[in-house]
Amino acid sequence: MSLPLLRRRDALLSLAALGALPVFAHSAHHPPMDDAPAPPPDESVYRLEATLEDQDGHSLAWSSLQGTPVLASMFYTSCDMVCPMIFETVQATLRALSAAERAQLRVLMVSFDPERDSPAVLKKTAQARGCDAQWMLARADDNTTRKVAAVLGIQYRRLANGEYNHSSVLELLDGQGRVAARSGKLGPADPAMVAAIRKLQGRRAAEIRSFSAVA
Amino acid sequence: MKYLATFVLAAAACTAGQAADYVGLPGGRFESVLPQGPVSTASAPVDLKPFAMRRTPVTVAEFAAFVQVHPEWQRGRAPKVLADARYLQQWGKPLEPGQGLRTDAPVTEVSWFAAKAFCETEDARLPTWLEWEYAAAADATRIDARRDPAWRRQILAWYEKPGGQALEAVGGPPNAYGVSDLHGLVWEWVDDFNALFIAGDSRTQGDPDLLKFCGSGALNIIDRDSYAVLMRIALLSSLNAADTTGALGFRCVRPLEGHL
Repeated sequence: MSLPLLRRRDALLSLAALGALPVFAHSAHHPPMDDAPAPPPDESVYRLEATLEDQDGHSLAWSSLQGTPVLASMFYTSCDMVCPMIFETVQATLRALSAAERAQLRVLMVSFDPERDSPAVLKKTAQARGCDAQWMLARADDNTTRKVAAVLGIQYRRLANGEYNHSSVLELLDGQGRVAARSGKLGPADPAMVAAIRKLQGRRAAEIRSFSAVA
Repeated sequence: MKYLATFVLAAAACTAGQAADYVGLPGGRFESVLPQGPVSTASAPVDLKPFAMRRTPVTVAEFAAFVQVHPEWQRGRAPKVLADARYLQQWGKPLEPGQGLRTDAPVTEVSWFAAKAFCETEDARLPTWLEWEYAAAADATRIDARRDPAWRRQILAWYEKPGGQALEAVGGPPNAYGVSDLHGLVWEWVDDFNALFIAGDSRTQGDPDLLKFCGSGALNIIDRDSYAVLMRIALLSSLNAADTTGALGFRCVRPLEGHL
């Protein structure tokens, strides 16, 4: 069960018990736990509380993607026009990187279509598109899908015939979830995106070196 | 004068923390100004499920009560990625709107994420564009007054009022469904604001309808005479979910009881 839901219930129960007097509503506060990890920065997309389900049927917190840069986009499996091109563009981008640069990157593809894109369908799509373990194909409930799209700045709408209109964007998130680059170019790898990934990886490598030197 | 007394009472009820007032709308067949079918240039009516809508937009007082209970949505605590720098900027303090704002005016300077979080505390959600457009098609006596030029002029007159003035209290004259303030007071968030994109500029990639957007292409406007509604769509489609503006508020909807 998601945290916001618990909070909401607590708040509602407290309000009901106290005759809904806002004056007493502070009893519903949840002070942060002392041992909780530092929250992601203010600009991080991981400040959104959300739960995803991956192609293996595992459920995971959106914020658990923190730590490694992520190349993110959205798609839906039954789409035969742009979505295959999004996968091809990501593959081309990965091919433009060295093995070392590639190893430090994850790819996240979130479905617009949670109803039809079950984990089994996502898994099949991953296989069909040549996605290795570096890739995560995921879905979420409708409400969460719209929140994830909103935080990524991706627009979409469901049509009456079950198809989706959507913007096609690749987003590069740094390890803490800040948007480091965006590209709407489909087809061959966007040199600007490749450069942004390299820059991010270079910075991470430098940070790790300086950390090792201190240690 | 009687009218004034009514909304003073309503405002008093809000500050006492009483449950928000929702009114049932029957739904049914509705023709949007936006194409809903597979052909983006032709109208295709849709069937809307019944739903309940707040009679009035969420007020400053109601939002103040919300941030009391949900400190994570106080100004200064809500992360930038969910609410921009202008979030609740006019408030005197993070927990107190202060003297400058009427507590019975609609709350503005709220992001989509904050509006959604508020509605969740009422076991509600933001309306979809279609639900909002359907509710807003009614005038005082007709459920669909959109073809009436006089009604259109009346709505447009609001857009001609100079901006920058303090917002008035919620609770204007109700429409045929009993819903107030859909026109004339503030803009309102809808849940699927990021579904209202209009044909994008991607001329560098050939046909924008094929490449930038999947499916049957970007939106076309069917009823180009509905300027007031088109302005809403233009505004909403230009927003990011963290954006806030001084004229943008919201209201919530929920399933109509007995129609779950």
